[in-house]
Formats: sequence, C-alpha cells, structure tokens
Amino acid sequence: MSEKTEKTERFDRLSVFKTYKLYVGGKFPRSESGRVYEVTDSKGNWLANVPLSSRKDARDAVVAARKAFGGWSGATAYNRGQILYRIAEMLEGRREQYVREVADAEGLSKSKAGAVVDAAIDRWVWYAGWTDKIAQVVGGGNPVAGPFFNLSSPEPTGVVAVLAPQDSSFLGLVSVVAPVIATGNTAIVIASEKSPLPALSLGEVLATSDLPGGVVNVLSGRTAEIAPPLAAHQDVNAIDLAGADDVLAKELEIAAADNLKRVLRPQPVDDWTTTPGLDRMTAFLETKTVWHPTGSLGASGSSY
Amino acid sequence: MTIEKRSSAFAYAPAPESRSIVDIAPSYGLFIDGEFVEAADGKVFKTVSPSTEEVLAEIAQAGEADVDRAVKAARKAFEKWSALPGSERAKYLFRIARIIQERSRELAVLETLDNGKPIKETRDADLPLVAAHFFYYAGWADKLDHAGFGSNPRPLGVAGQVIPWNFPLLMLAWKIAPALATGNTVVLKPAETTPLSALFFADICRQAGLPKGVVNILPGYGDAGAAVVAHPDVNKVAFTGSTAVGKEIARTVAGTRKKVTLELGGKGANIVFDDAPIDQAVEGIVNGIFFNQGQVCCAGSRLLVQESVQDELLDSLKRRLSTLRLGDPLDKNTDIGAINSEEQLTRITSLVEQGEAEGAERWSPACEIPESGYWFAPTLFTNVTQAHRIARDEIFGPVLSVLTFRTPDEAVAKANNTPYGLSAGIWTEKGSRILAVANKLRAGVIWSNTFNKFDPTSPFGGYKESGFGREGGRHGLEAYLDV
Repeated sequence: MSEKTEKTERFDRLSVFKTYKLYVGGKFPRSESGRVYEVTDSKGNWLANVPLSSRKDARDAVVAARKAFGGWSGATAYNRGQILYRIAEMLEGRREQYVREVADAEGLSKSKAGAVVDAAIDRWVWYAGWTDKIAQVVGGGNPVAGPFFNLSSPEPTGVVAVLAPQDSSFLGLVSVVAPVIATGNTAIVIASEKSPLPALSLGEVLATSDLPGGVVNVLSGRTAEIAPPLAAHQDVNAIDLAGADDVLAKELEIAAADNLKRVLRPQPVDDWTTTPGLDRMTAFLETKTVWHPTGSLGASGSSY
Repeated sequence: MTIEKRSSAFAYAPAPESRSIVDIAPSYGLFIDGEFVEAADGKVFKTVSPSTEEVLAEIAQAGEADVDRAVKAARKAFEKWSALPGSERAKYLFRIARIIQERSRELAVLETLDNGKPIKETRDADLPLVAAHFFYYAGWADKLDHAGFGSNPRPLGVAGQVIPWNFPLLMLAWKIAPALATGNTVVLKPAETTPLSALFFADICRQAGLPKGVVNILPGYGDAGAAVVAHPDVNKVAFTGSTAVGKEIARTVAGTRKKVTLELGGKGANIVFDDAPIDQAVEGIVNGIFFNQGQVCCAGSRLLVQESVQDELLDSLKRRLSTLRLGDPLDKNTDIGAINSEEQLTRITSLVEQGEAEGAERWSPACEIPESGYWFAPTLFTNVTQAHRIARDEIFGPVLSVLTFRTPDEAVAKANNTPYGLSAGIWTEKGSRILAVANKLRAGVIWSNTFNKFDPTSPFGGYKESGFGREGGRHGLEAYLDV
C-alpha cells in the first residue's frame, strides 16, 4: 500500500470515438474499398474518418434498395406513417447528439443548430401524416363516358437515388429523403460530401425505427464519384439531383436518360425550414389507371 | 380447307365510304403565325395513301429556320393568349370541339386516306375522342385554380410538341387541347407520313377565329422535330413516339429548365386466367392487338394465357381471326387496314422473320393481300419464350406473341419482365384477383375484362421506359403548368 497507488492522479476521461460507417441494407458496413476521408468541422478541426464509398458500394446499395422495394411499397400507408413517426420519436430522444453534429458540420451556434434539428424532426412528423393522404389528394375516380369504373392511383416509382443537399447536412437531407420513402419508394442517399456525419448518424436512428433494412441506404464519399454509376444504373428508376452542381446535374441527367429515369433537377432552396409542398412526393410517383366494366342491370330495373 | 370455307362464308359486298366529302388540295404549306407559308428552303415532300400508294398532296417540309420562325410566332402570341381570361380561352376550345364534330366525317375520311386505318375506327374511335378531348379541356381553362396545382397556376410558355403517325389527329388533340387550355401556345410537328389532318386542323383554328400564332403546325421529318425540342425558347416539350427517340429527347433537354412529358413504346401483356369468359377475352385480345393494325403504343402485344385454357383459347382466337376482313380502309366493313408506311412494313416483316428464325411458330389466317399498298396479315406466334425478340421488342404491327403461365405470380412476373410499362389487360371473373394482379402490374393503364378504352378524363401514360408524365384528365394539366 504505497502512497503512490493510494493517491491516483486525476485526469479527464478519454472519450470513445464513433466509427462512422455506411448504412446499407439495414447493416453498417465500411466501404468495400477500405477507403476513408477526413471530415472536419467548419473551422477545419478533424472530426472523423468516414467511408469514401466506391462504385461497388453504390451498386450494392441498389441491390439492397431493390430488395426492400416490394415489402415497403406493399406495406399499408398507415404502417409507413407509423414508422416515419417512429423515426421522429427516435430522433427526439437523441436530439442532443444531432445538435452537436449539425453545429459542428454547419458552424452554427447550439441554439441555431437546435432549431435546425427540431425542424428536421418536425419534417418527419409532417411526412408521416402524408403517407395515407397523398393517394386521396393526387388520385381519384375519373368520370369516363362509358360503363366503366375508372380509378387513378399513385404508386411509388421504385428505387430512387438521392443526392442530398451539400449545404444543409441534416434538415436538407431529411427534407429530400422523407418524401421519397413516405410514398413507398426506396432510396440510396449520397450524404453531403463535406458534412456527412449527421447523415451517417441518421442510419442509426433508421435502424431502430422499424424501418425495414434497405429502404434507406446512406453512402458517404465524393458525390461526383458515386452519383454517375447510380445515374446510369439500369435498376434505378429515378434520381433527385438536389446535391449536384449545374455541371454534374447535366451530366447525370444525360446518363439518366438511358433508362428514362425520372429526374428531379436541382431547385434553389433558400430556406429548408419552410413547409414543403407535394412536389417532392409527386416527382417520384407514377399514376396507375385501372378500368373495370361496371356492367348494367338493365334500363328496366328498379330506381331505388 | 376449313379456314378458307369460313372466310368465304364471310364474303361481303364492298361498302366504301365516299371520299368526295374531303377536298384535298394538291399542295399545303407550313402553318405559321396564322398563315400557310412555304418552307424557308423551299423543300417539299409527298404524302401518300398507304393503302394505294397514291400521292395525296405535296407538303412544305419544315427545317430549322421554319422552326425558329414558328417559335417566335408562338412566343409573340403567348403574351396575349396567356393573359386572356380562362373563360375566353375556354370558348375558343369549345368552338374547336364543335367544329371538329361538324367536320367529323370529312376528317375521318381524310385520316383514313392518309393513315391507312379503317374508316370504322376513324369514324367511331379517333374522331369522337378528338372532339371529346377538346370539349373536356375547354372546361378546365377557367377552373385551373381548382385543379390542385396551387391558387394561381401559370402556363409555361411555348410548348413544342412532336406527334406520331398512328393516331395523327387524336395525338394532336391530346397535345394541343391541354396546352391551350392552360394558356400556352403551341408549335406542333406532325409525323411525315400523316401531315394532312394537322393541316386541316389549322383550317379549323382559322374557322374558330383562334388568334394567329397560338397554334403553329410544322409538317416535316425527324430533323424538324429535333429542332423543335432543342429550340432554346421552347419551355415545354411533349413527345409521343418511340422509346429510342424519347431517350434522345431526354438527353437533349438535360441541363435546361424545359419541362418534358414522353409517351413512348410498350409491350403490353394481356393476361387471360382459366376462369375468364373465353369469348369476351377473344374479342379483347383481337381488339388489343389488331386495333389500328397493332400500331398502338399500348397494344396488348403479348398474350399471357393460363396453360389449362391455352388450347381452347387459341382455337377460338384462330377461328375469330379467320373472320377479320383486311382490305380497303374506306370500306365500312374493313377490320384491318393498311400498315402506315413502307418503312414500318419492313420493320414488322423483319421482326416476324426473326420470330420464325428463333423458333417460334407462326400462324396467319387465309387472307388476301391487295396488290398495291402496304399490308400485313394478322399474325400469331405460339411457342414463344420470354427471350424471343418478338416477346421483348415493340413490333408495332398486327403480330401477337403467345406465352403461357401456371400461377398468378408467374403471370405477374412475366408481364412485368420488360423495360416498358404502358398497358396491361386482365381477364378473369374473380374480382379480388383482378385487384390483386392490377396492383402488382407495373404499368400506367390497366384494363380488366376490356382493352383499349380511352377517355379524355382518364390519365394515360407509362411506367419505366414507356415514358413519364400523364396525358388526359386532371393529371394531364400538370404537364403544361408551372407547378
């Protein structure tokens, strides 16, 4: 029992870093390429080494998204709404983590970052409510001139590649992902290149919100490297170019023409906090119209 | 043998519709800014009647300079046209709808002459739908703020529209009616083999007193269409035609702000379950693939029949095909008219030859083919696999590929096994099966226990490589509004 051991030196507890990984098919893999890149905060301080996704990672994500499409698009709209709401619940519980990540990523004060995270949580709630209403708003019966019952319904387009906005690393990301999956599409999301940490952390929330694996797949890396194989991929049905600059957007739109992907061009967004319209949902919806003969009971039938 | 006996039992005396009702001038100009004018470079081309190869008229051929001139006229007209109260635009469209009804027989004969399709179809399908389409969209013009696209939806500007030859006037109506109702002005290029009805429509615009420049018609070839699509002052592109050209258009407009809708090819599956009413299904199959000689993007060109009823169904189908009458499109009894062009006939012939070469079994009823003109007998292929080219490529002709299935899941998988997604048919007496199968089919228009039904209130358009956007109904307005 020496003095030395009795009187332990006081020191700060060394924190446990998080290894940021991709979120693909409900799992958290590293990039198959083994590559990482350094992410810094707005002042240039090192934050993490994150996966630098490859083309192969992008293709694997498409496979996961396609596999998830049948189940997710076939789920009831009510069920999808419950799961989107669950995502909001899970985020609320981890609010502080996202406030820190957003503050670091975007150089915001704690209170401003807090407002951004609150808006992102509220956005999930907003879209959660849309899942079982959009069909009534954009679909409906058509009064055709003949003995037919004719109904138009929206259906999800399929697998959607989403280039998340580069500047708004969390609210912008949620604002482009939520409308895609609310209606039953599955998504491959390329996180903001400079600030991917909030997006990669979102995977942890999605994984614990009953969202089936593969519905949302999050990749980090160089947008200009991962986006072209997705834009040219024959099993991707649509692409949201929100995070592309004009030059890249044009290149991707040309590549997307090969299998006539639905393309949502980059739109200038001044303020991600404003309430969205329907456009981001309808951009990735198809309209299916089904005709059914109604037959006839004959003109002489009873009128009541 | 027996087949010939059957067809002879159905010999009919000729019953031709008179062509005197239509007066075709020897030559026509481009319709730009309310005037018929020659092409800037003086080029002309001839339009022929595909059933006789007779030259019907000489047509000015639009080039890039003409496109530029027409777009300028449309741009100039846009300011006033878009500023008109919707109720006034509506009245112009109602006038057009009424004049089309009045001149319906004339236009039907004209369309049959220029396109080769039977008068029965132009008279009973094309023309009534054309008038209905204008009537429907006329009513929208002053109700746009109730259409669900915001409180004051704005037009886009100049719409560049390129249409095909299979339903010349109907495709014109699908394009022009919603464009004008929403306050846009139009530059439309009809197909080179069927320019006449669009030029007659120009005369209808004149009769209706439509302000000059609101509608411009530019007959011409693919280069004129490409110039319309690429013109920097065109705000909206609408195209109906092949998937290959559709992809080229999508590349052309990349990086611009142009709004695009594309109605492209298809390889529709017509699925017949074992409990389907066979006679009705046979009528639906025949309508699905032989209406307009199969030159229909939403044709039911793949018959998927449940194995257990294959023999019975094919027997009935062959018997029915033997009663189809092919010949003079102006004859009121004609079921199968001429193929639209020599080029199309060559394409059909080549794909059918490939079908045989790949091992599918070819069958056609005994059928007399006229000596002049472009004709193809109704054709049916059995022993077709999904790998065969005739089961994958759009033939755009009177050729049906028959495949079989055992379970509903297999039917759905086969129906969806195509890059296209325009149409499908389901034949079964079981209501829940209709709904379950319709739900799983990746196609924009599905007909259950019927086929090839169209209506201006009903949105039409495809999934996947059959294009994007919808035409018809409330949905069809969106393509022409800044939303």
